[in-house]
Amino acid sequence: MIPSSASSSAAVISRSRKETSSSTFIASILGEDGKGMWPLRLSGKSSISSVVFHKLPPTDTLFLESTTRILKDPIHSFMDFQVWETPGQIDYLDPQFDVDAIFADAGALIWVIDAQDDYLDSLNRLHETLVAICPAYPTVNIEVFIHKVDGLSDDYKLDTQRDVIQRTQDELTDNGLDFINVSYHLTSIFDHSIFEAFSKVIQKLIPQLGTLENLLNALCANSGIEKAFLFDVLSKIYIATDSSPVDVQSYEICSDFIDVIVDVGEIYGFERKPPAEEGEGVEGGEPAGAGSEAELEEEQEPEAMSLIRLQNGMVLYLREINKYLALICLMRKENIEKQGLVEYNIQVFQEALGRVFALQR
Amino acid sequence: MSERKGRKKKVLLMGKSGSGKSSMRSIVFSNYVARDTRRLGATIDIEHSHVRFLGNLTLNLWDCGGQDAFMEHYLQQQRDHIFKNVAVLIYVFDIESREFGKDALVYSQCIEALRDNSPGARVFVLVHKMDLVQGEVRERVFGERRGVLEERGGGMDVRFFGTSIWDETLYKAWASIVHTLIPNLPTLTAHLRTFTHLCEAEEVILFERTTFLVISHIFAGTTPNPHPDRFEKISNIVKQFKQSCSKMASFTAFTLRAANFSAFIDVLTPNTYILVVMPAGVAETEAVVANIGVARRFFGELEGMERRERGGGGDSEPDR
Repeated sequence: MIPSSASSSAAVISRSRKETSSSTFIASILGEDGKGMWPLRLSGKSSISSVVFHKLPPTDTLFLESTTRILKDPIHSFMDFQVWETPGQIDYLDPQFDVDAIFADAGALIWVIDAQDDYLDSLNRLHETLVAICPAYPTVNIEVFIHKVDGLSDDYKLDTQRDVIQRTQDELTDNGLDFINVSYHLTSIFDHSIFEAFSKVIQKLIPQLGTLENLLNALCANSGIEKAFLFDVLSKIYIATDSSPVDVQSYEICSDFIDVIVDVGEIYGFERKPPAEEGEGVEGGEPAGAGSEAELEEEQEPEAMSLIRLQNGMVLYLREINKYLALICLMRKENIEKQGLVEYNIQVFQEALGRVFALQR
Repeated sequence: MSERKGRKKKVLLMGKSGSGKSSMRSIVFSNYVARDTRRLGATIDIEHSHVRFLGNLTLNLWDCGGQDAFMEHYLQQQRDHIFKNVAVLIYVFDIESREFGKDALVYSQCIEALRDNSPGARVFVLVHKMDLVQGEVRERVFGERRGVLEERGGGMDVRFFGTSIWDETLYKAWASIVHTLIPNLPTLTAHLRTFTHLCEAEEVILFERTTFLVISHIFAGTTPNPHPDRFEKISNIVKQFKQSCSKMASFTAFTLRAANFSAFIDVLTPNTYILVVMPAGVAETEAVVANIGVARRFFGELEGMERRERGGGGDSEPDR
């Protein structure tokens, strides 16, 4: 049999340092294969980027082929960034390898550890990498994804996380690098945890995050909103939220809410011709084929809004902010009675947001 | 058919063991997610369940365990008991079954038994687990099975569907099944049409509340919708969302205003939800909500009544 290869991998989200083009972010997912053998077991780097950025159903990730070269995947969203996905078998600590090409512009390094596998190899590789690159590239955020935790019990998850943290910190201290700040996330592609983890990674790369949070806080305080998320519609990661604690449930419901909007929009967002022929009846006629284009255009139109009332008196309010972003607020129904007022506040928020992003350009 | 008989409909759910009868039932009537059905065990003998559907209609669902021994029992000793007074027989085939010949034989025996005991019954054949067949050959495989089974229909009124619990085909099949059971469907549709025209909606769809199956729909727009399978899709979308809402609370109303349409989902009667799709710029949100509110009273009465004179549909409108 082929020896089990490493269960580790890393992803780098990187941000260009040139202030002039600060809207360009480069994210790369570095994968790594401990023994340099054919990667038999993959840690799930490709799956992660496919699920998060390309809407692949998690069950279909089984059919993904293993990555053999560095893939640069440009993401065009509210800000442009690139996800670089690097295959597991490349040894980029090799002096031959152009490390600078990867890390010079990197904003974050995401290291993926397969929690269902023996992760010691992977951890060692992580430690070597950290020791090698951190002193040279201090601006890179280090994010460790302890991945595939869906199959593990809660206790075991926490144990694994503690173990990983402990070993990594020890290693860093031994090398005198304990100033490096490493973040850890428990993730799985089968639930919302991967989106949440990515949200946090991306948030760190947004220079205006503080401002966005303050804006959201002001909006929440003045409109009786309990929780507000600013979502990137395509990837369903949230780029900012107000400073009250995030509970997973409300994040999940908001992200499912976006699904509903997108799906319903797809069905009814087709282009209407001016009244000409009478189309009445059951089947609605043949597929015109124009649906997908029409829907794309529809998404680009600003100002879509949606409201969902729940039985427990909560209201979910969604407002399209621009082409990429949507604001979702959770509030009690008493507070939405003066809907015009809330909408006005959101409009003010929207304008402020526009000014924040305009400054950056 | 007398009105009394019309209230309680006996629905037989049969098919080989492991073909997915109970999974279907759980998804459609008990709000299971497709994923959760793998926890279901085998059905032993017959599981009876009463599903209240649309208030005055109760489905008496007989989920018949499909092991050979049970099937034999149904066809021999319990023949009368099982096949008497059946309104609908739903026969489920597993597309992956290796012994299709044998399945078809049992099927024709059941059809025979049904013809003897309740000649007026409708038969629906669901060729299930279609997701296991590759997309390109799905149509062909389904056609083959259908050809074989049609010959064995024995003169009964049989309809065929290819289904899968993983997509919306399941809702399509079940919506057609339920359609045959709703007694006052024409009346309901007529009133729904009146409502659609009165509020100048592009499309109105009526859903059953717990199952979110489509009861009736009216399209009054000018441009045909490019998605002929949208009803099932919406059933599926809303049901999934209800599922994720259930951690907090079930949802009661939904409004979406997009650039070129607006959509409203609201509770209509204690047993139904309504979806109203308006073309852009026709009406204010509040006007539509008010229209639904007025219609609610009317449809509520309609549902509560056995029979009602036509032509009462006019009281549903303070337009814009």
